[in-house]
Amino acid sequence: MLFETTKTGKLSDSNSLARSDAQWLIDMTGILRIAYKLLVNDKGKFAALLVGITFAVFLMVMMTAMFAGILHRSSATVHNVGAKLWVMDPAVNTPANSIPMPDYVLDAARSIIGVKYAVPLYSGGALVKLRSGVYQSVTVLGLDDASLFGRPELIEGQIEDIYAENAFIVVKDAEFPKLGNPRLGTEFELNDHRGVIVGIAKVATGSLFGVPTLYTTYNRALQYIPSTRFTTAFILVEPKDAAALPYIKSQVQALGYQALTRDEFIQKTSDFYKFQTGVGTNVLIMTVISFMVGLSISGQTFYTFILENLEKFGALKAIGAKGRELVFMILFQATFTALTGYGLGIGLASLLIAAARLRLPSYAARITFPTLGFAFVMVLIIAGSSSYIGIRKVLRIEPFDIFRG
Amino acid sequence: MRATDLVKWFGEGDSRTVAVRGVSFDAYFGEMLYIEGPSGSGKTTLLSLISGILKPNSGTVLVEGEDIWGMTGDQIANFRLNKVGFVFQDFHLFPRLTTVENVAIPLILKRLDWDQSINQALEYLEIVGIRDRAALPPVKLSGGEQQRVAIARAIASRPDILIFDEPTASLDGDTGRRIVEFVKQNILNDRRCIIIVTHDSRIFEYADRIMKMEDGRIVGIEQGGKGEE
Repeated sequence: MLFETTKTGKLSDSNSLARSDAQWLIDMTGILRIAYKLLVNDKGKFAALLVGITFAVFLMVMMTAMFAGILHRSSATVHNVGAKLWVMDPAVNTPANSIPMPDYVLDAARSIIGVKYAVPLYSGGALVKLRSGVYQSVTVLGLDDASLFGRPELIEGQIEDIYAENAFIVVKDAEFPKLGNPRLGTEFELNDHRGVIVGIAKVATGSLFGVPTLYTTYNRALQYIPSTRFTTAFILVEPKDAAALPYIKSQVQALGYQALTRDEFIQKTSDFYKFQTGVGTNVLIMTVISFMVGLSISGQTFYTFILENLEKFGALKAIGAKGRELVFMILFQATFTALTGYGLGIGLASLLIAAARLRLPSYAARITFPTLGFAFVMVLIIAGSSSYIGIRKVLRIEPFDIFRG
Repeated sequence: MRATDLVKWFGEGDSRTVAVRGVSFDAYFGEMLYIEGPSGSGKTTLLSLISGILKPNSGTVLVEGEDIWGMTGDQIANFRLNKVGFVFQDFHLFPRLTTVENVAIPLILKRLDWDQSINQALEYLEIVGIRDRAALPPVKLSGGEQQRVAIARAIASRPDILIFDEPTASLDGDTGRRIVEFVKQNILNDRRCIIIVTHDSRIFEYADRIMKMEDGRIVGIEQGGKGEE
């Protein structure tokens, strides 16, 4: 008969204990399927858990993505110009607040052993008057007349035309429409000087400050824009090889200036926004609050879920489930919920960013791998904390309590 | 199964309460043994001691000649899984699982694969006569049907010892009697011992022996059955 007890084997059968860990995991699939059904079939609690984690991930990702976008754009000039080494006044924190250097620094930089070439870069602000009569602030970058080092990639026009009379190249980024969507040949006034668009360029990174960018030659920039006694905002250095970098940097430092590699300048800019502007602190606070909200919602809901099933877990123990099997079930439930909420939160944040960019082309948020990694670690902490509470409860319940009621 | 000089107390010092005081008895394959007594007499504690749930302070429980309380934690969990079936007073079915999944739980704990467990669980539901309820959650079933699901789950691991804790407490009189009669006729066999803790004298007629407990001691063992002493 089907329900007749077999008499093979000893009572203290320990076959399962001798199984390898891998086999044990494979054998756990049925138990995990039970855990999965217990979780998702409780639709109300599962939804509440997902909402909590999704909301937390969404907020954390949006906060950090926004900050990552701001940091990325704050270094837009460094990204777009692409020089390997930047020489600047030590007090400069970002590409946007350059402190002009005297001309001798350029000559000194060119004479350093290991420097292949060094060119000046002008960076400044100006006011453009459009044909419509509207005034618009712009950023003007003046490239070295001889080499045009740091020039952008043109999508319309010829780079040689930058040498033509009154020539400017406009960057087609999110701010481009603020200049009235200019075409080749479009004229404007810049500090009462005539300007003509001779090229339309694209750049890797849009600017942070919401103003269009114009490229011209270094000398024309000096000619058009009122300047101070010194005019060189940055010196762009191309070393002969990477080994020359430390010596060049030390020689520049001996002059009383600072030479930073591209990555160092980006890092310095990021550090400035993170630690000296309050933006970093505010984002950190908001991220912590998001984490706490997610942790409290999911932790509380998971705790209630475990409490409601506590007797059932006790019954499982009485039937013969081992403590580690129950722990595995709870960890699986918490991890499954956390990862699903993580995916939903990332998806929601991505959708919102994509939707925002449709309406606001200059929307700065960008989801980076560190952002994803940070949110992933946070969500694992939420899952771990939530399951810890549940595991403690379940391990404490005694099968005898089930009999005793 | 042989229980010898079982003693169990709770608490220490002045607050110590002795629940079981030197209880010894044997239970045999093929018999339905009732443990009967007033509330607080130690029935449930005794049931827990002999089923590997609660460790006695002293005494031994031998099942097929082996002392279950000499086993490690994992071994005793395996003993409960393989040798003992429980039917709890409140059934303790999982409301979020279907009836057949509830019955399959011991098989899944024994590491049978999912499909195999479900197929075997369906056969046990057939035995208890509610296979047509397999896909429903337990909350959609009547009390008697839930009791049958609990019985199917208890016998799914093919245990030698079946433990019923107050099997009629959650059922009306007729349903309770029908369930116990069904258990006696269909679940009990010569390779299985059924131990029932109950207050309900209406089902005494199905017992082979009735062990009376008072104040943690066995105060008498009677023959069960209609008109038998």
